Amino acid sequence: MAQMRYREALRDAHAEEMRRDNRVFVMGEDIAVWGGSFRVTEGLLAEFGAERVIDTPISEEVIVGAGIGAAMAGLRPIVELMTINFSLLAMDQIINHAAKLYYMSGGQLPIPMVIRAPQGAGQQLGAQHSQNLEAHFVHTPGLKVVIPSTAADAKGLLKTSVRDDDPIIFIEHEILYGMKGDVPDDNDFTIPLGVADVKREGSDVTIVAYSRMVHTVLEAASQLEKEDGISVELVDPRTLKPFDIDTVTKSVEKTGRLVIVEEDCRTCGVGAEIAASVGERAFYSLDAPILRVAGADVPIPYSRHLEQSAIPQTQDVVHAVKRILAGKAP
Amino acid sequence: MPNIFDEYHPLTGKIFRILDENGVLHEEHAPKFSLEELRGFYRWIIFSRVADQKALNLQRQGRMGTYAPVLGQEGIQIGAASAMQPQDWLFPSYRELAASMIRGLPLANIYLYWMGNEEGSRIPEGVNIFPISVPVGTHPLHAVGAAWASKLRREKIVVVCFFGDGATSEGDFHEALNFAGVFKTPNVFICQNNQYAISVPFSRQSSSPTIAQKAIAYGFDGIRVDGNDIFASYVASKAAIDKARSGGGPTFIEAVTFRLGAHTTADDPRRYRTDAEVEEWRKREPLVRFEKYLREKRIIDDGFAAQVKSEAERAVEETVTQVEAVPSHTPNDVFAYMFSEMPQNLKEQLALLNESLSVKREILFGDTMRHGVPE
Ligand SMILES: Cc1ncc(C[n+]2csc(CCOP(=O)(O)OP(=O)(O)O)c2C)c(N)n1
Repeated sequence: MAQMRYREALRDAHAEEMRRDNRVFVMGEDIAVWGGSFRVTEGLLAEFGAERVIDTPISEEVIVGAGIGAAMAGLRPIVELMTINFSLLAMDQIINHAAKLYYMSGGQLPIPMVIRAPQGAGQQLGAQHSQNLEAHFVHTPGLKVVIPSTAADAKGLLKTSVRDDDPIIFIEHEILYGMKGDVPDDNDFTIPLGVADVKREGSDVTIVAYSRMVHTVLEAASQLEKEDGISVELVDPRTLKPFDIDTVTKSVEKTGRLVIVEEDCRTCGVGAEIAASVGERAFYSLDAPILRVAGADVPIPYSRHLEQSAIPQTQDVVHAVKRILAGKAP
Repeated sequence: MPNIFDEYHPLTGKIFRILDENGVLHEEHAPKFSLEELRGFYRWIIFSRVADQKALNLQRQGRMGTYAPVLGQEGIQIGAASAMQPQDWLFPSYRELAASMIRGLPLANIYLYWMGNEEGSRIPEGVNIFPISVPVGTHPLHAVGAAWASKLRREKIVVVCFFGDGATSEGDFHEALNFAGVFKTPNVFICQNNQYAISVPFSRQSSSPTIAQKAIAYGFDGIRVDGNDIFASYVASKAAIDKARSGGGPTFIEAVTFRLGAHTTADDPRRYRTDAEVEEWRKREPLVRFEKYLREKRIIDDGFAAQVKSEAERAVEETVTQVEAVPSHTPNDVFAYMFSEMPQNLKEQLALLNESLSVKREILFGDTMRHGVPE
């Protein structure tokens, strides 16, 4: 095990996979000389050279589109979108092409490409630069969506994603880059897609959360345990597609209560899908209605206090848990 | 008078310059400015620098969020903005402090924007300028639409759009220019080629020797201008604006300049460019040559310069005091500006919110919005 930051774990994952397979290359805006806006690709240019670590023009559509072309021609591109907000300029390539070519070619054209994109609120960057867009991608047939919350998950999942044969939207959280965690040293440490991680075991209530919200929930859970003796089980799905519904269902069958916490706005968010799936599978195990704690249905405000108000805070999670425990259904 | 767009056709490789970096004026195309106009330009450049530096200081003190400095790019901004008529519209990107203020945008709006107060994007009535646009290269699309509206209404309004060299790599940029060419919209596109897009040099954006030549492919005039020369910037912009107003269609101006400061306050330019390169460009920056010219012609002196500076400092300080007293938006505003008419679900959220405002505003606000279900 080594202590490292989320960004360093991602960088190591790039480097190890690039050493392992010379078909892997990485391109994006300001990623080579500058080392990336969030310094994830720092040092890669020196080791792998300018043909495999490419500073592109500011052209999101061609970054993704050329990635698709290179993937169809047998390479395994990792493309970085400076932030997920700019994926919106590449949506046709992502949704109409990356997600569909394998299907439309009857399995002849796999697109083994990873699109990495940081997202999230909390940096005071205004409505157009602070979005959470995972629901858009999860909704699109043909894309896998990976969304790690810790350094170890980031590394293991990125390595798996690079080795995977399908197009993957790999979503990082801007606030997590500096967060440290233990990461296995093993060069072949990978984490399978579609396997949730129980980040905290408990018996009173199940909370499903991913990405940055895992940490918000962990904080709330310790507070609830200390102050109220409430035992929270936290399930981090880690990949939203494929989604490990079995682990969530099992946990709900144990606790009888489900709270879903997401930073993204509430309407038609990932939380709605999880609630529906659990409703279908474990309705009779539920002791209370499922609750969602989600971002407000508004663009992320620019000013700090409003930005915070628009996304879930620790206290909101505490509140929701207390409510779900009080509102036990007959 | 020869047509500068023919004389400086981009494929000649020539750059249009009137006041050279030594402060020497080349008479041929020199505009006839009054002394007052010249002193006015000087006031603007000083005001822009004082305001720019103050923003950097505020950011360092934690009183402002990220900020994108304009230092070094005032030549084209002052030249072009001064060539516009009051009815014309300006579409800025995010580095157009000087151009925006000349078009009448209060500095307060710019400061409020970077302080994270959405009030900054509410433009005073009668100021024909669109809000700061941060997604790169996407607002030229709006500029051609606005120009089309002007054409349709026979208004003789010209729409001027600013963006950077990096923006020319976006597909949206090309779609905008193509549209402008096809429909002969009254647009002037001003690309500030400041040599870098964050860390990426222009050579990584395009292998065209000039950006101006791209206009040819879209079927309209392009010209490469020394963007650090207020005079050439003015003359080229004026010619382009007059042409657009009289139905001659769009023009593309590549203003060659240099970003002397960081990309934004979140950037460290030493990671991708050398001090020597910056120093080379510092010799050519817009104020040095302009001030030299004005002093040699005895249009300004030490006393005038000192007075302009202290006036600018006072005005900027007043603006800081003013904007720091502006209340931030409230949760109410966030709901109010979602739709022209508030839908039922937001009405419910807002009602719950108002009920709880007197108690524990922040948490309850979050709670009602986020949980949706009343207690
Ligand atoms: C669509 C989009 N992609 C990427 C970015 C991130 N970004 C912000 S500014 C910038 C560089 C822009 O360079 P340029 O157009 O030359 O303008 P300058 O900043 O030099 O004035 C980049 C890549 C963005 N804001 N929008």
